[in-house]
This record gives sequence, C-alpha cells and structure tokens, in this order.
Amino acid sequence: MSLEIGTDMNALQATNEFLRLYWAPLLCGVAVVAILPLIAGYIVLVERKIMADMQARLGPMRVGPHGLLQPIADAVKLLIKEDIIPDNADKLVFWLAPVLSVGAALLSLAGLAIGPAFQIAQDINIGILFVVGISAMGIFGIVLGGWASNSHYSLMGALRSSAQLVSYETAAGMALVSALLLTGTLNVKSIVEAQNKEGIWFVLLAPVAFFTYLVASIAETNRAPFDLPEAESELVAGYMTEFSGFRWSLYFLAEYTNMIVVASVATTLFLGGWLRPFARVPWLSFLDFAPPVLIMAIAAYCVLRVPKQPTRVQQLFMLAVAGLCFVTALVLAVPVVLPIIKPSVREAVAPFYAGIHGGFWFIFKVSVYIYLFMWLRFTLPRYRFDQLMRLGWHFLIPLSIINVLLVGVALIVGAYFHLQGWGLLLVTTPAAILALVAAFFILAVEKGHDARPDQTATSDFYVG
Amino acid sequence: MGPQHPSTHGVLRVKLKLDGERVIGSECIIGYLHRGVEKIAENRTYQQFAPYVDRMDYVAAVSSGLGYCEAVEKLLVVEAPPRARVIRTILTELQRIASHLLWLGTHALDIGALTPLFYCFREREEILKIFEKYCGARLTTHAFRIGGLQYEAYDTLEKDVERFCKDFESRIVEYETLLTQNRIWIGRTKGVGILTAADAIAFGVTGPVLRASGVKWDIRKAMPYAAYDQYKFEIPVGTTGDTYDRYLVRMEEMRQSRLICLQAIENIPSGPIMGKVGKVLKPPPGEVYHAIEAPKGEIGYYIVSDGTVQPYRVHIRPPSFINLQAFDRMVRGHLVADVVAIIGTIDIVLGEVDR
Repeated sequence: MSLEIGTDMNALQATNEFLRLYWAPLLCGVAVVAILPLIAGYIVLVERKIMADMQARLGPMRVGPHGLLQPIADAVKLLIKEDIIPDNADKLVFWLAPVLSVGAALLSLAGLAIGPAFQIAQDINIGILFVVGISAMGIFGIVLGGWASNSHYSLMGALRSSAQLVSYETAAGMALVSALLLTGTLNVKSIVEAQNKEGIWFVLLAPVAFFTYLVASIAETNRAPFDLPEAESELVAGYMTEFSGFRWSLYFLAEYTNMIVVASVATTLFLGGWLRPFARVPWLSFLDFAPPVLIMAIAAYCVLRVPKQPTRVQQLFMLAVAGLCFVTALVLAVPVVLPIIKPSVREAVAPFYAGIHGGFWFIFKVSVYIYLFMWLRFTLPRYRFDQLMRLGWHFLIPLSIINVLLVGVALIVGAYFHLQGWGLLLVTTPAAILALVAAFFILAVEKGHDARPDQTATSDFYVG
Repeated sequence: MGPQHPSTHGVLRVKLKLDGERVIGSECIIGYLHRGVEKIAENRTYQQFAPYVDRMDYVAAVSSGLGYCEAVEKLLVVEAPPRARVIRTILTELQRIASHLLWLGTHALDIGALTPLFYCFREREEILKIFEKYCGARLTTHAFRIGGLQYEAYDTLEKDVERFCKDFESRIVEYETLLTQNRIWIGRTKGVGILTAADAIAFGVTGPVLRASGVKWDIRKAMPYAAYDQYKFEIPVGTTGDTYDRYLVRMEEMRQSRLICLQAIENIPSGPIMGKVGKVLKPPPGEVYHAIEAPKGEIGYYIVSDGTVQPYRVHIRPPSFINLQAFDRMVRGHLVADVVAIIGTIDIVLGEVDR
C-alpha cells in the first residue's frame, strides 16, 4: 500500500517536473508569440505618437480615442492584403525568409529573464550568448529575402544589412565582454543578481561599454540613423521592397522584436535588469511605491480625459483603459501595501513582489531604452554607408577593444585592493576616462585621413 | 532609379551606372510631366496663358507668374504702378521663403532627418494662408495680372506678413539647431556634389546653386525688377559649391527675404494697382526676353508677338531644367546615397523641368 502511494508521489513529482520543464515553457512561448505582435503594434503606435509630438502634430487620432485601436486596424489591414510574390522571385526562399527572421527574433526572447520568475528557457548558463547568437541569425532572413525578391533595391538593402550587422556585432560583442568581465557569468539571472549584490549597476562601472553597446545596438536593429538597409529615400524600402501584406508584417514584427531584445540585453547587463533603482539603499525604499502611483496617475489622467472624448463609445473606451490601469496599479500596490498593514506577511509576499515589481521595472527600463532609439530616429539624419562602416570599424571597434582592456586592468587593480560595490568606481572611473581619451584620440586620427569620395571617377557613360 | 521613387521629387527618372555603390555615370530621363506649355501659349490670349505658368513651378507659382506678367508688360511697354510693384515684391519674397522651406524639408527628409519637414511645413502653411487670404488660392495662385494686380491687398496683409516675419526669425534658428552643426548632416553634405564656379557658369546654372559656387549673381541686384531697387539686402555666396554650401546659401536667402518683406511692409505706397492696359491686349509686333530671380534660379520668358491677341511664340527658360543639367557632373564618384542628396540640393520641380 505504502509502496503504491510512493509510486504515486513519484509519478506526481515526475509529472510536475515534466510540466515545469516542458509545458510551462511551451505555454509561455505560445503566450509570447500571441502577445508580441500586439506589443509590437503598440510600440509602433507609441512611436508614431512620440514622433507626432516632436513634430508638432497629433499622429493617429481616428481609430479609437487618441488612435488607441490603430495597431489592431493596421494588423487587420495587413492580414487581408493580397499576398504578392514577384514572378521572378525564388518562391521557396521568399516564403521562408520572413519566417526565419521573425523566428530568430522570437526565439532569442526565450533566453531573457523579465523578472526573477519569468524566463521561458529556465536558467540556461550561456544565456546572453544564446540571445545574441540567435538574434544575429535573423540576418539570414533579411539577406535571403533581399536575394529572393530579385530586385536591385532589395539586394542592395540585404547586402548593406549583412555588412552592417557583421561590423557592429563585433563592437556590441566587445561591449558585452566588458560587462561580462564584471560578473564572470553568462547566465542572465546571475548577471542581475551580481548587480544586486554589488549594489551598483554596471552602467556606472562600464559607461563606455554601455555607450558602445547603445550605438551598436541601434545599428544592429537597423534603426535610424543607421537604417541604411531600408533607407527610404535611397532604396525605397530596402530588403522589404517586394514584400507586402502578411510577409511584410512578419519582417516588421521581427524588427520590433529585435528592438525589444537588444533593449532587454542592455537592461539586463547594464541597467540592473529587474532591480528597482537603488535597490540596496534603505532610505530610498519609498521608490517601491513608484510603480502603482505612476500607473494610478495614468488611470486618473484617462478618467479626466473622458469628458473630452467626442463620442459615447470613445468615452467608454477611455474608461475601460482607465479601469485596466487601475487594476494594474492595485495589483502592483498589493505587495508593497500589505506588509505595512500586516508585517507578518512580508515573507509570504516577497516572491510575489519580486515577480511583478521586477517585471514592471524591467519593462520600464526597456521602454526608456526604446524611447532613446525613437528620439534619435526623429532627430538625426541618416549616415551614408561608407561613413557608417568607418564609424563601426575605425571608431567603435577600437574603442570597445581598448575599453575591454581597460576594464580588465581596472578589475585586477580593484581585486588587488579588495574593492567592492561603489568602491569599484575608484578604479573603473579612471578606466572610463582613459577610454574617453582614447576615443578622442581615435577621432582625431580619423579626421586626419577623412576619406573623400573619388572625384576623378569617370566613365564613358551610355545606357542602352 | 525612378520614375516612381520616394526621393526623385516627382517623376524624375535617373539611370545610374554603378560600380558597387559608386556612381560612375548618370543620365536623367525627363519628360514624364510634359504638357506642352509653350505650345499651349500659342493658342491662348496673353491673359489666358497667365495661369498656365503657375503650373510649371507649382511650389513657387507666384514667382513664375511675376516673370510672365513683367515680360508681357515689357512687350506692351507699360509699367505696373508702384503700389502693385511693392505688393508683388512682398508676395514673391514670401513665395521664395515658402519654396526654400519646401526644399529644406524634403532635402532633410532625403538625407534621413524626418522632423525638419514638419517644422518647415508649419511655417509654409502660414505663408500659404496669406496667399489664400490675398487671392483665394494657395498653390497655383495666379496672383498677378498683366499690368498690375487684380485684387487690392486685404486689410491685415501687413500685419500678417509682419507676424510671420517675427515668428520666422526664431523658427529658422530652430532648423539650424537641428542641422547646421550636426555631425551627420555635415558628413552627408560637405564635399558632396561639388560644382565649381567655372562648371556652374558653363552649364548655365543659376540661382542658389550658382551662388553657392561663389558667383555673386542675382537678378534682383543685377537687373532690378518689381521694387527690389528700393530695398537693402545681401546676396549670400558660398565658397566650395558643395551641398553644404548650397544649404547655407538658401538658409541665408530665407533670412534676407524676411528682411525684404519687413522693409516692404513698412511703406506700401498708395495709389492704383492696375496700370493702363486695355481689356484686349494687342502688343506691337516684336520680341522680348525678361527674366526674374525665382527661388530656384533665373526664370526667363522669351515672347514673340505678331501683333495679334495671341503670342506667336513663348519660350520659357526654366531654372530647374537647366540646373538639372549639372547633375551628372555633381554626382560622379559619389555613392548612391549621395544621389538623393544631390537631387535634393539642386531643388528641382518636375513640373518646371518638363513643362
């Protein structure tokens, strides 16, 4: 009898284990695939709104109040569009390319930890390497798509894209190495935990690496001012020129997912992942109340705007948005308010707190990073291809290599004096300053042989 | 490249011979917008043809109109009264600003800066509103008539222009903060599309493109028309004749135009707005060439009269068309990305190139 129970227990445990290992990640994966297009759509909406704000106009206003339903309308439009495959295209590759792109982008999300509890591929010890490697695979989709569509613009866009990725991946990798030197692990969770233990984010310890990664990640995701592969004014739409409807939206999804991925990597490595700002400073613990208060403020703003909505439907919609924010704020408030009312539950709500507040801070930091992307996009003109390559190879890569060396030396010195946490700043700040000096030096050398386009190029030109 | 391409400003088609991404030769294929404007002129009376010239450079219709009206006036040997001339000057200078704003916005957009476009259009909108209040149309205005003006200036014209000029001073600083010292902007425009003074003259290039190459030639100063001889203004010139110089020249021109407008509204003479011309215009047989400084360069009208109500022949010298000829010289040795920058910097309007 007892034996039977034991087997039962074992079986139950095995089932649990099986669930944890296979089904939970699968469900999470399905959730990500289902939700991400929506998130990407709303990032686009936010981007358009921010752009409109910077450009003295309103942006989407027609579909839903303040255009809040615009992404859904866009998605429906894209889905019901005619699916065009050019006659001379390589049909199989043309079909495969966007899928490859979007697949790589979504897969790389699996390695990221949004909070201590939210990670699809639990605890892979090569976490960061996995994410960077898989997201770089997306370039195959772009190159194949550009090649398969059999058009000049597409091919040029694809080639530019691959050259750009190869160049900037190196700089980004070196920047990551600088940060990894500080932890000695590739595991995503351990990296964040290390920042928690030190009580300082790595962006302060390796600012130059963060900067290099920022620039390289913009280039990697093909965002302005490095959006040459899809430079509208030159290559129409680059590698996406011949794609339309659903296929095009897959590329689009891949692009925005990649943005989320690079922003998440930067958040994890440099910005303390899911940690609250100054998590270890006791007198700043009132920041725990920031998330619920912030979201409550959004809810209040929505309620205030209700009377200004022109139609009844839009008023109701606005109220619904306010309600959603209100509920979210309540959920966020529970783990910080409960321990105050009843101190004994502090232990019980701790993982709950870490989970949802971690998620909030992570998403917040990712949003700030993406906002930076957008800001740059609306402000800066586009680089030319040779300038882009020069910036990558002649400036970013030397700078990031020098920085790796300097950070390494700083850490050795730091270890020698047993420096920890904020104390490490004593050695890393001089290293950063040295790296900056190196940067100016590189720039000065660059200016010396500023390659001008060859003016003498001539040819007996005829077109026939 | 083209004719359907986002940055060919209409329907320009450019055949490029490339070595990788480097341009080793180019050929502009034009004519997609050909309407036979010059031929139409031969079957219209002098007054009837006036609105057609607005459809050539449709972003600077007032300037085209001024050139045509003055050419016919020269043929008729009449002069527009002083009041008409001053109002013409104000509107033409506003049009110059509007045209340069459109150029700046689209040029920056071609180079990848999204935002200046909207700022430029915001100010251009103000100018178009003034046009609309004056004559009811925003783009193809047909603002002037042969011999003077059809409409009296509306009551608040001076005030509107003054307000615009006041706002515009800080707005132009805004564009400059976004672009002038921007490293990427300088990188994209400095040394790109160099046109030497000798080349520019040889190609017959006029307008800001010529002045950026260092040639101080502006018909407003050289052969004053309308009321330009009454106002003080500078002619900005460049040194190297690259895209960056052309950018600086046009920015300065907008400032100068603003100053001209301010001077002009200070003292608008009273009096009639229409000269002594009959209902039916029958110029004496003969021929005339009259050119003015349009925003894009010298727009000239060569009109031959045979003494009837219709011109025997009208030939138009469109600045866009002639400036475009220098394109191949400017583009050789550059990259594909520079091609769009150079198309933008010449500031062409295909309606004028093709007529």
